Amino acid sequence: MTTGGELPLRAKVASSLSRTAAAISRAAGRGDGSVIGGWLGLKIDPDLLKHLAAGRSVALVSGTNGKTTTTRLTAAAMGVLGEVATNSLGANMPTGHTSALARAGHTPYAVLEVDEHYLNQVIEATNPVAIALLNLSRDQLDRAKEVAMMATLWRDAVRDRESVIVANADDPMVVFAARDARRVVWVASGQRWHDDSWVCPECGSPIERDGDDWRCSRCDLRRPTPQWTVDGEAVRAPDGSTHRIELQLPGRVNRANAATALAVAAQFGVDPAQAVPRLAQVASVAGRYATVERDGRTVRLLLAKNPAGWLEAFDMAEPAPTLLAINARDPDGLDTSWLYDVDFSPLHGRRVLITGDRAMDLAVRLEVNEIEFEHVANFPRALAAVPPGRLEVIANYTAFQDIRAELNRVN
Amino acid sequence: MSTNQGGARHRAPGDDGGSESALRIVWLYPDLLSTYGDRGNMLILARRAFVRGIPVETIEVRSDEKVPEQGDIYLLGGGEDGPQALAAQRLNADRGLHRAYERGATLLVICAGYQLVGTSFFAKGEKCPGLGLLDLSSDRGPSRAVGELAGTPDPALGLPTITGFENHGGRTHLGPGVKPLARVTAGVGNDGATEGVWQGKLLGTYMHGPALARNPALADLLLSWAVGSTVDPIDDTWPNRLREERLRAVVG
Repeated sequence: MTTGGELPLRAKVASSLSRTAAAISRAAGRGDGSVIGGWLGLKIDPDLLKHLAAGRSVALVSGTNGKTTTTRLTAAAMGVLGEVATNSLGANMPTGHTSALARAGHTPYAVLEVDEHYLNQVIEATNPVAIALLNLSRDQLDRAKEVAMMATLWRDAVRDRESVIVANADDPMVVFAARDARRVVWVASGQRWHDDSWVCPECGSPIERDGDDWRCSRCDLRRPTPQWTVDGEAVRAPDGSTHRIELQLPGRVNRANAATALAVAAQFGVDPAQAVPRLAQVASVAGRYATVERDGRTVRLLLAKNPAGWLEAFDMAEPAPTLLAINARDPDGLDTSWLYDVDFSPLHGRRVLITGDRAMDLAVRLEVNEIEFEHVANFPRALAAVPPGRLEVIANYTAFQDIRAELNRVN
Repeated sequence: MSTNQGGARHRAPGDDGGSESALRIVWLYPDLLSTYGDRGNMLILARRAFVRGIPVETIEVRSDEKVPEQGDIYLLGGGEDGPQALAAQRLNADRGLHRAYERGATLLVICAGYQLVGTSFFAKGEKCPGLGLLDLSSDRGPSRAVGELAGTPDPALGLPTITGFENHGGRTHLGPGVKPLARVTAGVGNDGATEGVWQGKLLGTYMHGPALARNPALADLLLSWAVGSTVDPIDDTWPNRLREERLRAVVG
């Protein structure tokens, strides 16, 4: 079943105009056009996303961290079955979904990354087969909803759906959100960050942890038994089969993202053994994890948008000179207090350089953390300051985009 | 309760490690009130004491634990409505913070923690009883105050301009018995005119950033209250550069 031939006239016009606007926006050098194109399409036909999704088997991926990467890995896994439409550029609100589907034309499958706040709306519009819920933690608190409130919104969004919920058993906030759904598949994806789940979202009592296990000290909220687990380099499927994961993407968290991708794809009938080689082909995701040669330096880009993301980035970064770049523009959140939620001590003993609009906030933080650092005015200065060889770059959102632009918008 | 008994990183040279003589910094309820980098204020106080050779012990107390009464400095941080109301209930049931305050311990209370020490505050649309340590009360404002906050402190405190980031929906009304921390020059603070409170050795503010990262003089004021004498100056090159940048941002 395909989509294009069955679109109502209004949706056809809207879809076509949406593609045209996106193309014009790209030609004008104003980004990739996925937001403006989708916006225009939705103005003409508010049900355009619904029309474009109709007839496709859809998977949605949401969470505070890892959703762009997991979407990319899931789309790669689903490729076993046929052509997959996806918003791989990270435009994760309904305008971006609309644009991605309009641009893709007829595809039997779609994998869409969804901003946490829009999950319910996008479920309504796309009637997904499967929904991956990765994790919830503090992110841009001057603007975003508090974590427990977001978990409650998710719970209400997924409760009475036919969709299979592929959910992280290691994050109490996700378990709270998913456990009332009709069909849940639990994945042990891990959650290095615990500071947003000390208190049970169900009853307010302390959550107790023992190794990987956790439970509420009063009510019945506890870690469910996961059907999918990650054991070192291997993912174990519910049937007991194990699949060695060899990713180009670094870090334990990406092996967990791969496990989630395999679990989601399995809901569509994908055999993990067939999908695994496709996961290994993913080298970078919209610049994240990209390795770039520049002036004899091998620069690797790691994006960390919030405290949980920084912990994962430290796990991925190799012991080499490391540039930290921090901005606090609108997409980053304006408050830099979160820097104190991150323990920078894994950087002890490395050469650390800092830059960005808010490098002074970072300087004070590192001094308190007793980490030595050098302040540089910008990315080219950092590049010049380190010897030939590896330079790890960890940056938050707009700082990352700035550096990516310096490297000719590396993907 | 997790304690850092002087801790390798916070123990002063020559200190025998005994906690009898150490400055005890108690951070209350990080499980409920630690939404905006509130750990930072504890870390900054501990470091500023440590570099001056003052032995320090940091103690983190979860909301299901008893409040220790022999602390020298107590910290309450920011949080959302639900956790704030829960923290008030548990602190009122425990009474340990009340007793510490009455015997003259130093308190730094931030945002939700600041509202808590008054007689009442609003959470989830309901008026909740506070700890009643100070004559102040908080209610809901017409809009959320989000952005840079700056002000001219009460001259009696001998502090330079204060700078922070505020993010709160409440407005705080000071009773006749307490003094504002500062007169607002940018942002909202208590009510658009005044910001924060101080009374004896208790200091309350809406400033995140965290407050003590951007205002090292405020950290030293708290330390001097706790140790009973002024503290020597230390190298504040980076905090001062941060202050200059943030204060320029509110002027520009």
